[in-house]
Amino acid sequence: MSDLRELYQEVILDHNKHPRNFGEIEGADRHADGYNPLCGDRLAVYLNLDGERITDVAFLGSGCAISKASASLMTDAIKGRTVAEARALFGRFHAMITDDADAPPPEGVGKLAVLAGVRDYPTRVKCASLAWHTLRAACDDLHEPVTTE
Amino acid sequence: MALMSSPAEAAAPALDVERIREDFPILKRLVREHRLVYLDSAATTQKPRAVLDALARYYAQGNANIHRGVYVLSEEATAAYDAARVKVQRFLNAAASREIVFTRNTTESINLVAQSFGRRNIGPGDEIVITHMEHHSNIVPWQLLCEQVGARLRVAPIDDSGTLQLDALEGLLGPRTRLVSVVHLSNSLGTINPVEDIVAMARARDIPVLIDGSQAVYHMPVDVQALGCDFYVCTGHKLYGPTGIGVLYGREALLEQMPPYQGGGDMIRSVTFEKTTYADLPHKFEAGTPHISGAVGLGAAVDYIQGIGFDALVPHEADLLEYGTAALAEVKGLRIIGTAARKASILAFVMKGAHPHDVGTIVDTEGVAIRTGHHCTQPVMDRYGVPATARASVAMYNTREEIDALVRALHRVREMFPV
Ligand SMILES: Cc1ncc(COP(=O)(O)O)c(C=O)c1O
Repeated sequence: MSDLRELYQEVILDHNKHPRNFGEIEGADRHADGYNPLCGDRLAVYLNLDGERITDVAFLGSGCAISKASASLMTDAIKGRTVAEARALFGRFHAMITDDADAPPPEGVGKLAVLAGVRDYPTRVKCASLAWHTLRAACDDLHEPVTTE
Repeated sequence: MALMSSPAEAAAPALDVERIREDFPILKRLVREHRLVYLDSAATTQKPRAVLDALARYYAQGNANIHRGVYVLSEEATAAYDAARVKVQRFLNAAASREIVFTRNTTESINLVAQSFGRRNIGPGDEIVITHMEHHSNIVPWQLLCEQVGARLRVAPIDDSGTLQLDALEGLLGPRTRLVSVVHLSNSLGTINPVEDIVAMARARDIPVLIDGSQAVYHMPVDVQALGCDFYVCTGHKLYGPTGIGVLYGREALLEQMPPYQGGGDMIRSVTFEKTTYADLPHKFEAGTPHISGAVGLGAAVDYIQGIGFDALVPHEADLLEYGTAALAEVKGLRIIGTAARKASILAFVMKGAHPHDVGTIVDTEGVAIRTGHHCTQPVMDRYGVPATARASVAMYNTREEIDALVRALHRVREMFPV
């Protein structure tokens, strides 16, 4: 049970149940769709930008607790940051969820650290990264849906 | 044995499940410090020692390329490969071993029929009838063919229980129907389709029928002559055999008139740059060095199943399905997807407030292996309005205790995702 609680921490269960920034931004500056063919999860990410700064972000979609919580945490983490900062955060986050189990605790990911347990469940890495891949597509202004494959 | 048999089943020879479990080395494995509870046989069955030994023996003692070898080893390997074909022929009760073509898997068997039979017999405006519960491997090859020849795919609906609407299927059979291709036992719903009736309907209109027996062949006896179907396909790895070996049964008259699927060695009679003539059945459809050890392993698997016998296996698995259905109903907020009157093996479900993927991960921490996702049947997921399901499936080596372990693990899920 203990390692399960490490994956499904209270914060994650809470974000799953009460996702933050959940919904569509009407007339958003940027928007992208993401799809995880493995589990059928779909989500959309919406962005408003002021120059390089992300002034508003929201997501919509259905998915497992990990993907939903990850999307919710992501929106909290990047709101108000620049696109470059968001990309850098994705880099650190991705390293955290794919590192091997005895890697040192993650640096500079803030609240996202609650998702570190995902690295013990390789099949779930895509769930945790779907929102981020979709965000990247929105930043790049890609109009094709992205997949985690 | 813990199995309680109802009076109707009492006549059937009891299955000694503990002895059977001894035959499957993997069932002794620990997973995350728990004894493995393997409830994913619909994805692939575990392999009995008889199959593992046959594979090892073949490579350690009998390995050679088949056909045209004049030395002992090659003759032995050829004989073993041919013997495996005869075993499969008898298992499916085909009229002749020429009617059994070895392929890689069900997927390749269906693609072979689509590209060889289909390209020759199906043209612009023609129709192929399938059902809403087909595996992607019985959808996509027909879509490819339809694009190539300008034919149209028609889909027979299912009702909310996952039962095929037979009248609607019959209504789709018309003058342009060139083939009916249906699953025998659905891998995502467990529904057993009335293939006898479907064959009768199609036969009355001279329409050939392909049956996808991937899930059926290890849960019930299949007799292709009694069924009267034209093609029957299955895959070795779900038949307690190795991966990489599959079966296409085809009626000889049809196979004879079909062009080769792939060209190469072993499928020819003679080759010149001007003209090549093809080998006789079934070799015409087996280009290149085949999966010899796979066939040998599949032969051993078929022997193993027949040694156990469907008379013993069917009631045991029916008991597990009934027991499991009742046990799952006790889990709060759980809905079973697929409740047809005629079912086998499959217990697919969704849980309120818990995504199937989370369900799968959580039960895995208790050593329970179930599958989550769309099970290569996305149209079924769409039909039920779910992105995915969790699916437990039973085979001959499973026990009621393992169902109990699943239910215990599902209660864990409920604790974590309360409703
Ligand atoms: C009903 C059904 N048809 C076809 C297949 C495809 O089998 P394979 O992947 O071995 O070709 C499967 C198994 O996944 C199945 O359950």
